[in-house]
Amino acid sequence: MQQKQRLTRSTAYFIPYTLWIVLFVIAPVLLLIYQSFFNIDGQFTFANYQTYFASSTYLMMTVNSVWYAFLITLATLLISYPTAYLLNETKHPQLWLLLIIMPTWINLLLKAYAFIGIFSQAGIANQFLSFIGIGPKQLLFTNFSFIFVAAYIQIPFMVLPIYNSISELKPSYVNASRDLGATNWQTFSRVIFPLTLPGVKAGIQAVFIPSLSLFMLTRLIGGNKVITLGTAIEEHFLTTMNWGMGSTIGVVLIIAMVIIMWLTSGRQPRKGLTK
Amino acid sequence: MKTRFKWRNLYLWLVFIVLYAPILFLIVYSFSQGTTMTNYHGFTWAHYQALFADSRLIAIFLDTLLIALLSSIIATAVGTLGALGINNTTRPVTKNTLLALNNILMVSPDVIIGASFLIFFTALKIPLGFGSVLLSHIAFSIPIVVLMVLPKIQEMGTSLLDAAADLGANNWQLLSQVIVPYIMPGIFSGFFMALTYSLDDFAVTFFVTGNGFTTLSVEIYSRARQGINLEINALSGLMFLMALVLVIGYYFINQYSSRHRKTVRGRH
Repeated sequence: MQQKQRLTRSTAYFIPYTLWIVLFVIAPVLLLIYQSFFNIDGQFTFANYQTYFASSTYLMMTVNSVWYAFLITLATLLISYPTAYLLNETKHPQLWLLLIIMPTWINLLLKAYAFIGIFSQAGIANQFLSFIGIGPKQLLFTNFSFIFVAAYIQIPFMVLPIYNSISELKPSYVNASRDLGATNWQTFSRVIFPLTLPGVKAGIQAVFIPSLSLFMLTRLIGGNKVITLGTAIEEHFLTTMNWGMGSTIGVVLIIAMVIIMWLTSGRQPRKGLTK
Repeated sequence: MKTRFKWRNLYLWLVFIVLYAPILFLIVYSFSQGTTMTNYHGFTWAHYQALFADSRLIAIFLDTLLIALLSSIIATAVGTLGALGINNTTRPVTKNTLLALNNILMVSPDVIIGASFLIFFTALKIPLGFGSVLLSHIAFSIPIVVLMVLPKIQEMGTSLLDAAADLGANNWQLLSQVIVPYIMPGIFSGFFMALTYSLDDFAVTFFVTGNGFTTLSVEIYSRARQGINLEINALSGLMFLMALVLVIGYYFINQYSSRHRKTVRGRH
């Protein structure tokens, strides 16, 4: 305790961090909420919220955005869980993990740009489709390509937390389950999956929330056919300059984020275990 | 058993190939004559030559690096001090509140950070450009530094500090000669993460960059919207190399710190 008192006596070193919290964490969020009550002419109004909740366009856009984020998260999870599981069984899991994570070091925009080439009319994906006899299809600027590229970009962020929880799983639980006569499926659904659920939830959190706001992908890959909450915010802030409406959608996005955080918070896995 | 084992590896290899194919695809075409990413037209360095002759792009590249280095150095300093401060809080409520506030920027979608910072800078009449981008990058890098450094501080325990204090070390000596050397691996991890966050960021920068200043991500975005340009492929080749260097650096720091930990604990 002695040194604690010593250090707390001088709190000057804590000032920059506290300033950061006040200026860059609290103030911007409050300003965003404040801004959402102003119309494009700078007058105080509730009209943004009225417009938002009365307009089927905005509501459909929100539902669509959540639906696409759900599809992206599902696709990512279905690919990532087996990957993380198999990763844990390899001889050099750390090396494999590093290789899986390394693509995240490549700029997101470059990866999106690569898919513009791959999915283009005469691109390599269409050459492959022609080769196997399906024939070229319109791939770029479709909903499929948006989900594919988004999932591609998010896979490492899902693999990492799932791998962490799988590597913490004690093999003795799995052995016990097998010894007690459980089938592979029972072992997985009753033992392995519930015990690795915290990792899955962390992964869903890491993928779902960014998926609501991938406006660069909707523009470059989705061809503006998919409008996500993020696209709408970007549009209002940087194109139509209607910051009030943009902030209103921002507040909706924050609420969506809080709901997701609450759903994936750490309270539920315990329930799953006692069942 | 043997065939099953092969199936497993096949799946991993498949994921691995899918993850790397687009990146390799980009790099392969950076050496292709011609102007599109459709048919390979034979080897050339032309796009790299064009890239190095493009003084505007080189200036943007240097700006991006400068922003990344400055923001991660400052974020590492602030974040490390912040982690020390969080560790020193005695009341659990204060600690949890600080940690929750710390994590807000970690989980917020980029557009929210970008839009709210844009309002913030406009409200304070801070001109958009180098300064606003730098401040934003510092701001969103601080929480990851805290998260990287805090576990190292907690791992340190109190006996080391007690010993140093008993031997007459003052606050500054305690910090510079005991605490910082011990938590150095955490500080380095935080610095590297901040660096990659900054280099990789697009959305936040896009909001706060204004008209005069651009970073590589924003430049790639505006060029990609105009279509294929193999100069971008050449750029991606260079950035892949840079990422490789960063990854190798990060890997060795991790290796060092885990080896260090093993020898300290005398296990494994």
